[in-house]
Amino acid sequence: MTTSAQSDSNEQAAFRAHCKAWLAGNLPPRPSFRLPLGPLEIATVEQLEYLCDWQKAAHAAGLVGCDYPREYGGGGLRDCQWIANHELKAAGAPFFPNIVGLGMAAPTIFHHGTEAQKRRLLPPLFSAEEIWCQGFSEPGAGSDLANVQAYAQRDGERWIVNGHKVWTTLAHFATWMILLCRTDRARKYEGMTYFVAPIRDGVGHGVAIRPLVKMTGELGFNEVFFEDYPIADDLRLDEPGRGWAVAMTTLLHERGAGPLVTPSSGGGVGDDGETTLGAAGLVELAKRSYRHGKPASDDPRLRDAIVQLLIRQRAFAQNERRAAVPALVDHPLRLPLQHKLTLSELLQDTARLACEIEGMAATLHQTDPNAPAGGRWPHAYMNSYGFTIAAGSNEVQRNILGERVLNLAKSK
Amino acid sequence: MTRPHDFGFDETAQILKDTARRLLQDHCAPEALHRLVAVSSEPARATEGVWDPSLWRKMVDLGWTAVAVPEHAGGFGMGLVAIAGLAEELGRAAVPSPLIATLCATYVAAACDSEAARQLLRRIASGLSVSLAGIDRRGSWEPEDTDVVVDEAGALQGTAWFVQDAGKVGALLVKAKSPRGVGLYLVEVDAPGVTMVPDAILDLTRDQAHVELRDVRDAQVLAEPGDGARVLVAAEPALLTIVAADMVGAAEWQLQTTAEYARTRVQFERPIGFFQAVKHPLVDMMVQIDAARSLVYDAACAFDHEPAAAEMCARMAKAAASDAAADVSGRSVQLHGGIGFTWECFIHIWFKRQKHNEVLFGDAAYQRARLADRLIGRIGETA
Repeated sequence: MTTSAQSDSNEQAAFRAHCKAWLAGNLPPRPSFRLPLGPLEIATVEQLEYLCDWQKAAHAAGLVGCDYPREYGGGGLRDCQWIANHELKAAGAPFFPNIVGLGMAAPTIFHHGTEAQKRRLLPPLFSAEEIWCQGFSEPGAGSDLANVQAYAQRDGERWIVNGHKVWTTLAHFATWMILLCRTDRARKYEGMTYFVAPIRDGVGHGVAIRPLVKMTGELGFNEVFFEDYPIADDLRLDEPGRGWAVAMTTLLHERGAGPLVTPSSGGGVGDDGETTLGAAGLVELAKRSYRHGKPASDDPRLRDAIVQLLIRQRAFAQNERRAAVPALVDHPLRLPLQHKLTLSELLQDTARLACEIEGMAATLHQTDPNAPAGGRWPHAYMNSYGFTIAAGSNEVQRNILGERVLNLAKSK
Repeated sequence: MTRPHDFGFDETAQILKDTARRLLQDHCAPEALHRLVAVSSEPARATEGVWDPSLWRKMVDLGWTAVAVPEHAGGFGMGLVAIAGLAEELGRAAVPSPLIATLCATYVAAACDSEAARQLLRRIASGLSVSLAGIDRRGSWEPEDTDVVVDEAGALQGTAWFVQDAGKVGALLVKAKSPRGVGLYLVEVDAPGVTMVPDAILDLTRDQAHVELRDVRDAQVLAEPGDGARVLVAAEPALLTIVAADMVGAAEWQLQTTAEYARTRVQFERPIGFFQAVKHPLVDMMVQIDAARSLVYDAACAFDHEPAAAEMCARMAKAAASDAAADVSGRSVQLHGGIGFTWECFIHIWFKRQKHNEVLFGDAAYQRARLADRLIGRIGETA
């Protein structure tokens, strides 16, 4: 909607042209099966393979990990990933499946890993040959993440892990897990250590993965049990006891503030809120839906509600744009830390309004042949709670914003 | 047409904004403003429109009436993005001055196509302050609505309502109807037949009047009858953006002042900002302000670079800013608690300026109704 080529540097302009040219001829053919709405909903091996093949091709073409150094499988460019993301979206390309890897693990490894770790772990992450998942949340450590109890006991050149992680998206497909463990029970924030765990190799050897069924009835995330699971010490990121600081790097990226703390951030999951939100689709939906025998698009209250969402959607995109203009930013974290809060609430309110517009038709499940828009909206509405809860619930986000940006007294 | 990624907010715009921030900090700090406009709580003062003419002279000397005037008319020809930055600072300081009114009039004059309008722009660049007289008795700002007519002798007759800062300006830009349609006219405030009747208003940082026009004969034609509506439609996005920028700047002051209070006011042995019932509303204020602020620069940039999107973006900005101003104002008083309800607390000055700007040129619901017509289609014609 807003991104323009006008202010591109020479390198950026050349890269944009490359992206456009490559995407024009290399989008994958539509699959015969239904693709999930996003990487969090990948449920079958055929979906995963299709999407991994696509990410691998895009990586080979230089559209993934663009801003990372070449020796780590990156493109060695500066400030170009957002251009790739924009062009990918403009071309209607499928999303990349390795969302935890690209969005969270890669910047964390880049920031805190050893040279050997970066060379080993990053290239297959970018090419989607190795899928990543995140082992942070536990039954007793949700909003209060620093309460993690999964315990790693030092044992010479390795660590022995016992514990229980939940909400583990993609664990059933993952080769690797970023894993936050307690290594000192006497200290809360200084008592954690961060590992990269080869969990696929551990299945049957101290790792058990069980699917969790979401409120939508879908699979997609899991709980993971560790029982005397050994991890080599050279898979530790940063120093023992520094786990919380490392986790903060991960969370800043997960919440959308990443580009600020690590210049070579992310890749492939860029989202200015437009295609995912589909708020523009609300207008078309309202024209096809009826209330009291008249088009829903004639109902003054619904019209006002739709326009309110269109305004919020545009404001979200313009926040992203303004965040990159230092002169128009008062505090460096102020807009980045709002990203997750505003996007998740926008998704939720959009889906909720869409259900209201559909009226009785919103009772129909995705599998019902009469469901409008393929039953997308009631489904998206339920799924939206994943976003308002995940990555630190929005209540926790408001604490963080109040404390870090407005300097209010800490609520803990 | 493409739009610059940075909204076109360049170094010149930055200097203008920084200069404005500093000048107003020095000459219109909250304590000084309170002493100036809130010295008395008597209702009679509601018509006075207290202001500081010496500060206005400094603003003129710095060229602030010239910034929006095109270069060919002796101005600096800066983009609306820069003007929005200036307007934000005017709102932040809640400064009483005829500058917002004059900036609005400047965009209307710039959309006219006449030698008289170019002459007016030159006078504005040299420091003339002007206000629009284009709202009717019912409060309508629609291009065709006015209670002023041009009679057969060519004289203006009638009353212009809700004229902003009328007591401070040197001239009025009057919307008047004749059989050939709406035209725009320049009337000096001291011209024969012009009577200012000040309104008693709530906002302490401006004045407002209705202006009676009887046999006003020497008005200059800025836009010919029939051309006035086009001019007003062309200028409207700039007007909405400027007022929205004023509100966003004021809202940021309200946020920061209220956050400071939450950091220092102790109850239950803790600063009240500790409590999530206070902390979370403050964060919601910030989120609302940021959305509105981004839309203000989006709208300004669209006006400068993408005229086809200017109206849509400006209405979005005004709607978001009006809602933010309403919510932030309410919470700024509520979160200040007992002291926030008193005259001695500065908060009410900004509260009242915001309530005024909220409805000026159409409130949020009005802007959204116009947006709905554009983005969804008119009722009855959508399906």
